[in-house]
Amino acid sequence: MNWRAIKAIVRRDLLAVVRSKGVMLPMILVPLILLIAIPAGLGRFGPALSQMPGANMPDIEGLLSQMPETLLAQFAGYTTDQILIVFTLLYMLAPMFLILPLMVASVVAADSFAGEKERKTLEALIYTPTTDLELFTGKVISAWLPAMLVSLVGFVCYGITVNVAAWPTMERIFFPNATWLVLVFWVAPGAAALGLGATVLVSSRVNSFQEANQIAGVIVLPIVILVVAQATGAMYLSVGLTAALGVVIWLIAGVLLWVGVRTFRRSEIIARY
Amino acid sequence: MNTSPVIVTHGLTRRFGDITAVDSLDLTVRAGEVLGFLGHNGSGKTTTVRLLNGVLAATAGSARVLGLDPGVAGAELRRRTGVLTETPSLDERLTASENLTLFAQLYGVAEADVAGRVAELLETFQLAERAADRVSGFSKGMKQRLALARALLHKPELLFLDEPTSGLDPVSTRQVHTIIRDLSRNGGHTVFLCTHNLEEAQRLCDRVAVLEHGRLMALGTPAELAHSLWHGVRLEIEVAPQATETALDVLLAFPDARDVAQMENQPVLTVALPTREHIPQLAARLVAANAPLYRLTPQEPTLEDVYFALHGHEEVQS
Repeated sequence: MNWRAIKAIVRRDLLAVVRSKGVMLPMILVPLILLIAIPAGLGRFGPALSQMPGANMPDIEGLLSQMPETLLAQFAGYTTDQILIVFTLLYMLAPMFLILPLMVASVVAADSFAGEKERKTLEALIYTPTTDLELFTGKVISAWLPAMLVSLVGFVCYGITVNVAAWPTMERIFFPNATWLVLVFWVAPGAAALGLGATVLVSSRVNSFQEANQIAGVIVLPIVILVVAQATGAMYLSVGLTAALGVVIWLIAGVLLWVGVRTFRRSEIIARY
Repeated sequence: MNTSPVIVTHGLTRRFGDITAVDSLDLTVRAGEVLGFLGHNGSGKTTTVRLLNGVLAATAGSARVLGLDPGVAGAELRRRTGVLTETPSLDERLTASENLTLFAQLYGVAEADVAGRVAELLETFQLAERAADRVSGFSKGMKQRLALARALLHKPELLFLDEPTSGLDPVSTRQVHTIIRDLSRNGGHTVFLCTHNLEEAQRLCDRVAVLEHGRLMALGTPAELAHSLWHGVRLEIEVAPQATETALDVLLAFPDARDVAQMENQPVLTVALPTREHIPQLAARLVAANAPLYRLTPQEPTLEDVYFALHGHEEVQS
């Protein structure tokens, strides 16, 4: 493997991403809303909102009755307001965090694979001495790295936001817990790989960034199901379950990337040019 | 000049479903020459470039480029070839300098030499002042020059230029022509020039290959092709200024004369005749029409004459 060439492709793709408003905008806006605005509001005003007439907040007593013993132990000694905060910010929003690596990897991969076809910049790359595998690896890394960077920065911002916003209610630092650490350092990298694996496959069949991005966006659906499952008490992301979820995500991502690398052939790409 | 072949193909064929893009191509390109690869749009020129660089697999036949089999040693081969694609294929979000730096690294230019080589090429192609500007703000001519600079970063032995002046204004076209001539004469590069611009091919190429529906119709120097394939004669006729209209009428009425034209604001006419034997007859008619004849000069046949002679032949065959 020619790592110098791979690094050059990564550097080029990242530079191009930073200079593209269409790619950068969702990468900035979505984390701002998901990891700062929403948790700040819930952390600061959640308990007060829950007591407003007509508020549609989770039925804490009902949820507690469905929780496994190990999870219940984490709420020992908490007031109802504190339980509401911990439940919402530590558990309910946890799967939403996964949207970040998925979306960022997907957007950047769509720009890097389908967008490059659309801009007709791929042909010059194809005539270089890089191998198909080197080209593919460079493009995959250049989508995976920003996804991880945004996830890690987002995690830190989320941690600061929820601890500060909920301080009046919690009066202690309660974030992160073990589940979040597994989520950030094991599941999120897999989610990023899943997002880009799906987008690579879609990109090989479409010719524009928008098409690739829209079709690959369907990959977010399982995350929405997870959020709903937690909110309704159907399941809870314990450390073990989160780790197992990570294994499944990595396996699917591995299969998608394996198929992707096998279909990324310059002779096939150029024949469709 | 080293005349050993850098490209040799035997029966090289590429099919896309029912369509044969390149059909049993037998071709030899010598080191240091500029070979014009002529043909209409869709005649198979670009597909041939792709086959010869190992980015597209051949359906049948064989090719050796710089001694290598493109289908087997594509990556190794592309280290020694440079390609100017039909569209500049530049990343418009990057600057001129960033575009060249990326490709210098991809082509394996030593890290210590990258900055110097990029600066040198930007200077050569008169882009040094715009080195730090994004390509999105460049004119078409500037983009084409930058793409040409990119193809030369690694000092390739063999250069493929696919329609290098397509869509360029006359000034940019002349700049690109000068660069190509310099590359061949002073740089020792072998140039494989795909074009449908016959004037360009006549001006720049040592030999030309004419491609039609993926098949090689003719190969040789423009003069060789002209003499073997076009047996007509093109004449330049100077008459007394007051007799220009009369002479024009005589030419237009002359049997088998074609391409009759008058040079702008001059009493000079041009005409193409089927054979040399028609010249005395034409001269006699001009004299009989009282058009004072000052000069009658046979011209060398052009590549255009050859091209249309071949095209006509093809149409007759089909």
